[in-house]
Amino acid sequence: MVENRPVLTILRHLVLGLGVVIVLFPVWVAFVASTHPQAALMSGAAPLLPGDRLVENYSRLLASGMSQAGGTPVGLMLLNSFIMALLIATGKIAVSLVSAFAIVYFRFPFRMVAFWIIFLTLMLPVEVRILPTFEVIADLGMLNSYAGLTIPLVASATATFLFRQFYLTIPDELAEAARMDGAGPMRFFRDILLPLSRTNIAAIFVIMFLFGWNQYLWPLIVTTDESYTTIVMGIYRMVNVSDEQPQWHLVMATAMLALLPPVVVILVMQRLFVKGLVETEK
Amino acid sequence: MAGIGIRDVVKRYGDTKVIHGVSIDVADGELIVIVGPSGCGKSTLLRMVAGLEDITGGEVSIDGRVVNRLEPKDRNIAMVFQNYALYPHMSVYDNMAYGLKIAGLSKEAIRARVDKAATMLQLQPYLDRKPRQLSGGQRQRVAMGRCIVREPAAFLFDEPLSNLDAKLRVQMRLEIRQLQRSLGTTSLYVTHDQVEAMTLADRLVVMNAGVAEQIDTPMNVYLHPATTFVAGFIGSPAMNFMPGRLGADGRAVTLDTGAPLRALPEPIAGHGEKAVTIGVRPEHLTLVGSEAAELTLRVGVVETLGADTLVHGALLDKGQAVVPVAGEGGEVLAARLPGNVAVREGDTLPLRVVEGALHVFDRETGRRLADV
Amino acid sequence: MHKKVTFRGVALPLALLLPQLAITAVFFLWPAGQALYQSVLRQDPFGLRTTFVGLANFERLFSDPLYLNAFQVTLVFSIAVTAIGLSLALLLAVMADRVIKGASGYKTLLVMPYAVAPAVAGVLWWFLFNPSIGLFAHALRAVGVDWNHLLNGDQAMILVVVAAVWKQISYNFLFFLAGLQAIPKSLIEAAAIDGAGPFKRFWTIVFPLLSPTAFFLLVVNVTYAFFDTFQIIHATTSGGPGQATTILVYKVYSDGFVGLDLGGSAAQSVVLMAIVIVLTIVQFRWIERRVQY
Repeated sequence: MVENRPVLTILRHLVLGLGVVIVLFPVWVAFVASTHPQAALMSGAAPLLPGDRLVENYSRLLASGMSQAGGTPVGLMLLNSFIMALLIATGKIAVSLVSAFAIVYFRFPFRMVAFWIIFLTLMLPVEVRILPTFEVIADLGMLNSYAGLTIPLVASATATFLFRQFYLTIPDELAEAARMDGAGPMRFFRDILLPLSRTNIAAIFVIMFLFGWNQYLWPLIVTTDESYTTIVMGIYRMVNVSDEQPQWHLVMATAMLALLPPVVVILVMQRLFVKGLVETEK
Repeated sequence: MAGIGIRDVVKRYGDTKVIHGVSIDVADGELIVIVGPSGCGKSTLLRMVAGLEDITGGEVSIDGRVVNRLEPKDRNIAMVFQNYALYPHMSVYDNMAYGLKIAGLSKEAIRARVDKAATMLQLQPYLDRKPRQLSGGQRQRVAMGRCIVREPAAFLFDEPLSNLDAKLRVQMRLEIRQLQRSLGTTSLYVTHDQVEAMTLADRLVVMNAGVAEQIDTPMNVYLHPATTFVAGFIGSPAMNFMPGRLGADGRAVTLDTGAPLRALPEPIAGHGEKAVTIGVRPEHLTLVGSEAAELTLRVGVVETLGADTLVHGALLDKGQAVVPVAGEGGEVLAARLPGNVAVREGDTLPLRVVEGALHVFDRETGRRLADV
Repeated sequence: MHKKVTFRGVALPLALLLPQLAITAVFFLWPAGQALYQSVLRQDPFGLRTTFVGLANFERLFSDPLYLNAFQVTLVFSIAVTAIGLSLALLLAVMADRVIKGASGYKTLLVMPYAVAPAVAGVLWWFLFNPSIGLFAHALRAVGVDWNHLLNGDQAMILVVVAAVWKQISYNFLFFLAGLQAIPKSLIEAAAIDGAGPFKRFWTIVFPLLSPTAFFLLVVNVTYAFFDTFQIIHATTSGGPGQATTILVYKVYSDGFVGLDLGGSAAQSVVLMAIVIVLTIVQFRWIERRVQY
């Protein structure tokens, strides 16, 4: 700021502090609930301070899961989520890197058509066309498989767009120099473009990992086999139990486990993540 | 005979013609500089020689071989780019070695060539550095090195010094000249900087609007500019142009103000009396006593450069009225006087044109008048 | 959009595009086409016969009070999520802009909700507002509000709005902050020298310069509220009580997947796709314009 007004500075801290409290409070309460026995969450207001069942609740969940949710161990759900997120992120990056390369560095018939197909159709969220998409998956026999979970989500307008933007910032002379040096298109892609894209690849990886991890409706409809349950959809099965109160301490422990890996990723890779996010859309 | 032949080359983008049939012959070992304002087509021409742009018409040959349809890598040339185009993620060594690696040379051969070039360019201590860790001049040398290691038939330079500061530009200019001389490699060099062009070139090509207006040695271009465009482009400050008439005898020259100028030493025969544009370089005007004056200048702006004093002002006729002139700063007359002359705004200076320094151009076509 | 330098060839670029185009064709274009196709058909109750009915499905849709209700619910929901989400994020971003101690710490914490799946965010708030043990439900009851979102539709709506805003606040915050930091400091200083105080500066200099960012976020947030919030609703209220939180995208799902009304659901899909395409074009225009400068 141009001038220094102590009152303004205090106001800033106050507002930001309040914002942080609002952001953190639900997570804190969930964490606290996950450290209590079930009895503490049967009646009265939920506790505000941690209890003593942290290890017990979590180890039980990871090993055997909840009986209400079919007893799928949460450890397996985490593994499934991890596999799914990893496959989706890697696949999206691979597919987008080469598509963007083709769109930016070549002139061919229907280039703009391809461009618009990618950008328009990929914007159609799965929720909108859920039924026909489900039918396609079923016809292709991809229900209850990692292929069905990941391949349809591997096409990506966002990542393609990011790489396209990035390629456009690379000076033309670099490609010309490579041509003078005798490099063909694929050699240029491998030797020059890929190494230069490293930061962008990392940034988009963070975003797409989160995207994959947080998938919900898609795994919910293409898998019926318990062994493919991912953690985010697992929560749904735990909350929506018929006739009884959910076992809140275990639900909250699962929620903690579901949000921990992406939160760690976002905190550790924050700089990359912010760069990737803001630059994609800029 | 590793020369470059450019024959009637034409470039068209859709309906727009940007190069209107240019022919240049670059002799073996010669350095030719193509100079012109931005948008004149000089870079496009160079890029057609490089193989980075398709050739719409005409023919480009390198080393006696027509290369119109060849990929850049097959043309046996190397190019220095304006922003150097160094691969940012590769070390200096790898930048220079990349083309050789693709060409399939052995590791030892690559090392030998890179070492030799690095020694020549004093880059030995920097071989492991990345481009961003180098100064502008060093990057420029790496770009040169990348060309040298390929041992090509010709070097192409696309405004290679325009990203450097003024001092470094002078230094690198000399280095490029020395290097080109000692290697004896045929070179085509594009720039918009006339000083660079004058100092580097064996021969100059002055381009304007897709046409080569003049191809000659720097001194000939300066002394005998072929067109008003060339005359105005080469030389700083730019030549002054005034409307005038050539007498029937081909020697008498009169300004349209009525003031007679000194007769030409050699007559221009065969034109008869003719409306012309008279050009005088600022450095060819000298201060004389008022009785000997051919031109009278009313001083506007004075630029003191130390060795010289540049005077810009209005040209006056006998009745002290202002006469329009086409010069450097619009409708003013410029004169380059010795540094010890004391002039002030508002002074009236009597001036005379140095013997033999008048340029006479056809007013219609802008071409230099010569014997018919 | 265009590079001066290009490589030659047609087969290679097409091969490079093939994976993306194939996936797009099989999992996006084909289903979208199916939706379009089914939206003009009707199946008999046993699924034995389908007949072409033209635009009848659409007519039925727009005369269905439940569907119109979903439209209205979506509108209220989106406006609330967008307005609240944007204003809160702008406030926080303005406060976090420029140097104050600990700005990066605040930023780190505020970014966190982005990582949380909407469904999980929904469950966290669902728990906080749980009528029997939720802390907020208890607090509200203490001040005389009888909170039970299982029965009260307005309260259910408030709940999903809160969860949706919470989840989206990081995104909005980051973009506003980036927008604010892109404003040259010299402009603010010039305004200060001209005698404008901090609030006047904000409204006359900062806010107008921020408007492109704000417009972009507006579109993104509307898209978010329309489609990405499905998770929150599905994991918590399931559209209820009654139809109080049934937004359009939830209705497509429940009519098609649960109610198995193929034609009706397909018609709804088509309506939603049209909305998405309009939003996408608006957004894309904006991006392209930005790119050029």
